[in-house]
Amino acid sequence: MSDSLVTLIVIFVLAMFVGFEVITKVPSLLHTPLMSGSNAISGITAVGAIVVAGGGATTLAAVLGFLAVVMAMINVVGGYLVTDRMLQMFKKKPDDK
Amino acid sequence: MRALLQLAYLVAAACFIIGLRRLSSPATARSGNLISAVGMLIAIVVTLLDQRVVSFQWIILGGLLGAALGAWMARAVKMTAMPQMVAVLNGFGGGASALVAAAEWHRLVQPLQSFPLDTEISIYASTLIGWVTLTGSFVAFAKLQGLLPGQPVLFRGQHAINLLLVLAILGMSGFLLASGTEPSVFIALNVAAFVLGVLLVIPIGGADMPVVISLLNSYSGLAAAAAGFVIGNHGLIITGALVGASGIILTNIMCKAMNRSLANVLFGGVGATASGPGAAGKGGTARETNAEDAAALLAYAQAVVIVPGYGLAVAQAQHQARELADLLAKRGVDVKYGIHPVAGRMPGHMNVLLAEANVPYDKLCDMDSINPQFERTDVVVVVGANDVVNPAARSSPGSPLYGMPILDVDKAANVIFLKRSLNPGFAGVDNELFYNEKTSMLFGDAKESLTKLVGEVKQL
Repeated sequence: MSDSLVTLIVIFVLAMFVGFEVITKVPSLLHTPLMSGSNAISGITAVGAIVVAGGGATTLAAVLGFLAVVMAMINVVGGYLVTDRMLQMFKKKPDDK
Repeated sequence: MRALLQLAYLVAAACFIIGLRRLSSPATARSGNLISAVGMLIAIVVTLLDQRVVSFQWIILGGLLGAALGAWMARAVKMTAMPQMVAVLNGFGGGASALVAAAEWHRLVQPLQSFPLDTEISIYASTLIGWVTLTGSFVAFAKLQGLLPGQPVLFRGQHAINLLLVLAILGMSGFLLASGTEPSVFIALNVAAFVLGVLLVIPIGGADMPVVISLLNSYSGLAAAAAGFVIGNHGLIITGALVGASGIILTNIMCKAMNRSLANVLFGGVGATASGPGAAGKGGTARETNAEDAAALLAYAQAVVIVPGYGLAVAQAQHQARELADLLAKRGVDVKYGIHPVAGRMPGHMNVLLAEANVPYDKLCDMDSINPQFERTDVVVVVGANDVVNPAARSSPGSPLYGMPILDVDKAANVIFLKRSLNPGFAGVDNELFYNEKTSMLFGDAKESLTKLVGEVKQL
């Protein structure tokens, strides 16, 4: 097992702990926005998709990369916007309508 | 340059963590989401500067198309349909990870070199998790949307087929690791993972969807982390781990709230035998009430708790519920909402619906804070909920619900059920509370019943 792989695993495990610490503090009130928001974050795969789509390897790789970029961007943009839409509704005092 | 990129990803990951941290309060949550989005923007922009990226036409085309579709979906979706929306977004995240893995595999086998073992393992892991997330999420979407039956779809030998598929996937991965670069085997691996996702979710019933969606949420994070291992990107790994942790925590909370193990939810097929013993029609006579009497009871109460369930979401009655609460509040009644963790089809579903109807969030009480208050409550209005208020969960050890934490509405002085019929809830268990002397039933569609109640209270 290479050193670089060990580094990656260390990063992964520590990040899991950070995740547990941060997310247990989210109240059940906000669990739906938590899901859509963390979902948007998982669209970070867009980064991998961009590298693949722009790598200029073969046509097949470019097509796969293109599809990956489309999916990841739906995930990112849709996730953040819908989370924002939900969060703006949570208010302490009702609006006067 | 490469170090600089990794540092930029670290900044992005820090933004995500801060964003999640700020979700601990509704007051800071919106700005947290913005910070998180800025982190994402940083990550994407620096990736475009990566020297491995040499052509931009596919990226720009795909980026614009994806962003437009995502923005349209986020705008168009109804709050009641949020579980479906999250399922779909999840699925796309997983699919993207699987495609990245496939493209990397294709690139690495091109010059027919032997590629590093750890990269190869990561590729197969990413392929498996990615496709399972994609197809599993879309089956969940179809069930929630009513395109597929909400009941569990069970057939003979289901578990055996799933097991065979898993073994086949492991076998093919092992074959590829040992000997090589056969494209047909890699394609078969992808197909098997694709099918597995469908088969894993299809036997799970509609009311168990909060668990499934949380679990798929976790998978989409793990898929991203696996893709990070494939391309050696720290940002992806950290982020994937965060999302993975979030999904695991939510899955755990949902399972606890249903008093079931994860294995039981995934393989139990609960709800398939809903007509078992204890179904509707037993246990005595329920007292029916009308809107006029119910309105009078509510209007002269001091403390009222509204308990919403999935029926409220189906009838889209959140606005009428708030209207009734406002009218009562004007008369000096103290109105709160008691929300069970698994009410609805995803974690926190009811809170979002009521927030949409402009209910201030300090009126939305979770189970632990509302339960001690029921003894001092004059009237509880249960709107389209059933199993989560069934006292059998406390009192009858033989019941499938036994041990599940419930809202103790039977401790209040009066209970009004707004329900279509006396039919049992998803668990197929009769609710003895229907036949309790302090209970009255107001039959009908939740929205219509609430509208009638509003009308009657206005006349008082």
